[in-house]
Amino acid sequence: MNNIFVYCEVTEERTIADVSLELLSKGKKLAGALNVNLEAVVLGHKVIKPESLLYPFGVDVIHYADDEKLFPYTTLPHTSIIIDLFRKEQPEIVLFGATSIGRDLAPRVASALRCGLTADCTSLEIGDHFENKTQTEYKNLLYQIRPAFGGNIIATIINPETRPQMASVREGVMKKEIYSVKYKGKLNKIDAKAILKDDDFAVTIIERHLEKSRIDIKNAQVIIAGGYGVGSKENFQLLFDLAEVLGAQVGASRAAVDAGFVEHERQVGQTGVTVRPKLYIACGISGAVQHRAGMDQSAQIISINTDVNAPINQIADYIIHGNVADIIPKMIKYYKKNSK
Amino acid sequence: MRFRIIVLAKQVPDTRNVGKDAMKADGTVNRAALPAIFNPEDLHALEQALSIKDKLPYAEVILLTMGPTRAAEIIREAMYRGADQGFLITDRKFAGSDTLATSYALSLAVRKLAPYHLVISGRQAIDGDTAQVGPQTAEKLGIPQITYAEEIRSLDAKKIIVKRRLERGVEVVNSTLPALITVHSSAAPCRQRIGKRLMKFKHARTVTELQNETKDYTELYTERPYLLIEEWSAEDLKADAVSLGLSGSPTKVKKIENVVFQLKESKSLSNSDKDIEKLMQTLIGSHIIG
Repeated sequence: MNNIFVYCEVTEERTIADVSLELLSKGKKLAGALNVNLEAVVLGHKVIKPESLLYPFGVDVIHYADDEKLFPYTTLPHTSIIIDLFRKEQPEIVLFGATSIGRDLAPRVASALRCGLTADCTSLEIGDHFENKTQTEYKNLLYQIRPAFGGNIIATIINPETRPQMASVREGVMKKEIYSVKYKGKLNKIDAKAILKDDDFAVTIIERHLEKSRIDIKNAQVIIAGGYGVGSKENFQLLFDLAEVLGAQVGASRAAVDAGFVEHERQVGQTGVTVRPKLYIACGISGAVQHRAGMDQSAQIISINTDVNAPINQIADYIIHGNVADIIPKMIKYYKKNSK
Repeated sequence: MRFRIIVLAKQVPDTRNVGKDAMKADGTVNRAALPAIFNPEDLHALEQALSIKDKLPYAEVILLTMGPTRAAEIIREAMYRGADQGFLITDRKFAGSDTLATSYALSLAVRKLAPYHLVISGRQAIDGDTAQVGPQTAEKLGIPQITYAEEIRSLDAKKIIVKRRLERGVEVVNSTLPALITVHSSAAPCRQRIGKRLMKFKHARTVTELQNETKDYTELYTERPYLLIEEWSAEDLKADAVSLGLSGSPTKVKKIENVVFQLKESKSLSNSDKDIEKLMQTLIGSHIIG
């Protein structure tokens, strides 16, 4: 009763998604602070060794439903099983990955249980709350911290009255950490067939395949853009590496596109796309007026350039004097070191 | 029988246009500098509804929105682009609603419009980015949901086939109707206003808006009843008071911090480890990244 639950997403390879392992690591810390158990929910079919994979993260109970109708994921069967489980187990906190699956499932579950849900949290903490209006003190609530209003404010959300307190978190936000390789929990098998009804199969999958989405830099919150100064297609890979780590998109100046470093879809500027990200990191871009026209509304601009007099530096918030190949690996290193 | 499509849409502050002028000197959001717009993905949703209407002449498209009087602007906008009708859910009692209370109100309004075949909304609104209201409304209506729709492949009175855009691929699903669909930004963009419709609907007003007009439109509205946009209050929806607004919202905002964008002159850094680490810490600390 009143434990912390993590919905563990099953991947194409029938193992558990990284984001879920990250949430188990965070969940274990929260469970420690509250002195409760950590429980994992795994709904799938022929999942590869869930026990030996999950126990080392400090999981006390794995609730596992193994049924061919649970893989690949569809909304209604997963919702029905989770609701049934939560009504019995009464979790205190439930965490979901903010993925295509988690963001489809969690709101439906929250609506059925009439509990609060906060999407895309960037930080989760335990804390108290005093409600002035009712003079009520609430102990050990989950602080769900997330950006809102297009990233212009950071809100701390709480659910004082309702349980479970539910939150979703994107991949890469929490740190994946083994708790103890010797840790052992127990397995609770769920009989899916006893719970699922015909109505749960209103939606059926006809076809599914992997397909890359089109490049979309217009809506990116963070853009790592490269210019001719990046020097080569190989060096551009560094920009992709940083983008991957930051969850950003890669953009480019016209000169970089003309040189064949990247696709035309990534071009920022007058003949490309106009962007207004929260952060624009211009790497080896001199900043011709045509380029600046497409990005000067960015909220923050960092310029990395060997030329201190590059025109882009006039509109930059930070100017890093130096070589892209030298600086980007450092940015990746220190982002990883400080972000968790 | 009519094929009834209900589009759920929201008027939002244009948070994408947060340039340097949209922040005040104290670092808070200058809301006045942000125009109110039709939530972008809801426009994609409207397009999906209108393209069904192109193919099925007996289909009708109804726009449903919740918000202050001003939100009637997006109902008119939808009419200019091809929607047949719109309803505004508006009441002080809805103020402070989180996604759960919002979906409760929307589901009551959708039920009032029954029998319906399809409910379509954008995946998420740019002011909150939660993507929760669609699935929660579907749950309250007891109908299936199809999230992240990119294209409606085919439909008839009983079923629909939809292509979904997922993180790492695509999926084509078949669903029974009625169902609720949330539309992804990779779907077709919305058509523009149609001149004839603009002329036809430019005087469409809600009752509250009419009360604020100086000119008397009584005659015009008697002649053209379709110009009146109906407003629905909590009472009209027979809403349960405790499920509305703040009291119906399990989530509470404990604290709000503004992200402070510095408007200072640029800072010069070296490529030393110390400078780069400090920069990354600043960026993480201000929640710009991480």
